[in-house]
Amino acid sequence: MSNLTVSNSTLMLGFVLVIVALVIGYIEKLHIDKDIIIGVIRAVIQLSVVGYVLKFIIKANDNWLTLAFFLIIVMNASWNAGKRGNGIPKAFQSSLLAIFVGTTVTLTTLVLTGSIKFVPEQIVPVTGMIASNIMVAIGLSYRNMKQTFTDRHQQVLEKLALGADIKLASLDILRDSIKSGMQPTIDSIKTLGLVSLPGMMSGLIFAGVDPVKAIKYQIMVTFMLLASTSIGSIISCYLAYKQFFNERKQLNNDLIS
Amino acid sequence: MALFLLDSNLLLGMIIEYNEVHQHIKEWCIVEKIIEIKNLSYQVKDTKILHNINLNIEEGEDVTFVGPSGSGKSTLMRIIASMISASSGEVLFKGQKIENIDPIEYRQKISYAFQQPTLFGKTIKDNLAFPFEVRKQEFDRQKVTGYLEMVNLNETYIDKSVNDVSGGEKQRIALLRNLIFPPEVLITDEVTTGLDTENKAIVHRMLKDFNEQGLTILKVTHDETEINDAAIKITIRDGEIANV
Ligand SMILES: Nc1ncnc2c1ncn2[C@@H]1O[C@H](COP(=O)(O)OP(=O)(O)OP(=O)(O)O)[C@@H](O)[C@H]1O
Ligand SMILES: [Mg+2]
Repeated sequence: MSNLTVSNSTLMLGFVLVIVALVIGYIEKLHIDKDIIIGVIRAVIQLSVVGYVLKFIIKANDNWLTLAFFLIIVMNASWNAGKRGNGIPKAFQSSLLAIFVGTTVTLTTLVLTGSIKFVPEQIVPVTGMIASNIMVAIGLSYRNMKQTFTDRHQQVLEKLALGADIKLASLDILRDSIKSGMQPTIDSIKTLGLVSLPGMMSGLIFAGVDPVKAIKYQIMVTFMLLASTSIGSIISCYLAYKQFFNERKQLNNDLIS
Repeated sequence: MALFLLDSNLLLGMIIEYNEVHQHIKEWCIVEKIIEIKNLSYQVKDTKILHNINLNIEEGEDVTFVGPSGSGKSTLMRIIASMISASSGEVLFKGQKIENIDPIEYRQKISYAFQQPTLFGKTIKDNLAFPFEVRKQEFDRQKVTGYLEMVNLNETYIDKSVNDVSGGEKQRIALLRNLIFPPEVLITDEVTTGLDTENKAIVHRMLKDFNEQGLTILKVTHDETEINDAAIKITIRDGEIANV
């Protein structure tokens, strides 16, 4: 572990890299300087807090505390996923159920199969990884759903007029939206190891773990993300599509722009 | 005591009989009016689109709705088809408020053919199989072929791509989706617009046949011939009925 040597002073020097981004933004008139600065400040503060909190939780090694942290991560991810639903009613509730079930099923499987242990230093980061991936998947699903309902609203109306139930009328939209949530995970699997060395594996190699051992973790992570993003996308889409209709099974015009 | 019992039984019998006769009269009256619209208004935010529409349509009628563009014809048809709901007033189907009827069931009985329809899926089959799918039934190729022939098309169309049919063919195929399982009321919203004279006549003939077999038809049109041939004509102007 001795070769991990990022100190406060090296970090300060690393800040030069942020300035590079700022300069590019300035030259190209991208108007993103404010976003970059706020983003960097937020990242530093959030990560510092998380660092100390993790340190505390790992030291405490208490099951209830670990579970509580699991819930906090799930809530937080759901909150962010809900915001990406922009305008879809009950987006937070739908995301919460999707992320909760997705993470619980995956984590339970991992623990029961002995892939990871129920200790904070494994549960917390793995939960974070799963929840954030589901969050991204749900965000993409929601965006795709809103867009396709808008694009294909005439079709949906015609199907309803022919006496179709809301599910049959939106089946192709539902499928496309679930698929679009899972797509990035599937795409990234294809290039795994060829283009990028993913986070988990890189981290382990950084920390001095034998790369052959590290890839085993990465394979496990791949399986886990596949399962969790599909569970998350399916649940959130099945809950969200209903919000596009009212109780008279009419298409809700406010949601399609 | 015995006398009293007898009396009350007699009374009960009379009440039952009266109720039955009354029910009979009521049913008999209602069956005639298939659609009844009372004080119907529709507005989007502050814009009034339809106001105070009152209308009775009897079973088996063929009613033609005319009026300038933007007067609210399609909006009224969409409300009758339960695609949108009125802001106030009510629509009754055979005496029952449509809000109290399951919308899926209702739309299979009151079928709305859209102005400028689109075809969905990849092939014509995806479209013509849809009414079967809705009713959880197997696709019946023979039946569908029969319907295609009614509108001057043939079996080869079933497997055609939706992109390989002309605009007029598209309109006729879309109309068949509404008719493969004949509804009780068919609402056609300018479905012959853009068809040539020959195909217009074919569609008219087909709708007339269905009407003669008891199908109630509400049609919206700007077509001169259709307006002149109209048995019952209702003019909508500025969201109101201009004549009855
Ligand atoms: N959801 C809506 N929001 C705002 N305005 C609407 C809405 N739906 C319809 N309108 C307006 O209501 C009016 C009536 O529209 P409608 O489609 O019923 O007309 P129409 O009589 O069928 O016309 P056309 O003969 O051109 O088909 C139009 O001015 C239309 O712009
Ligand atoms: Mg119209």
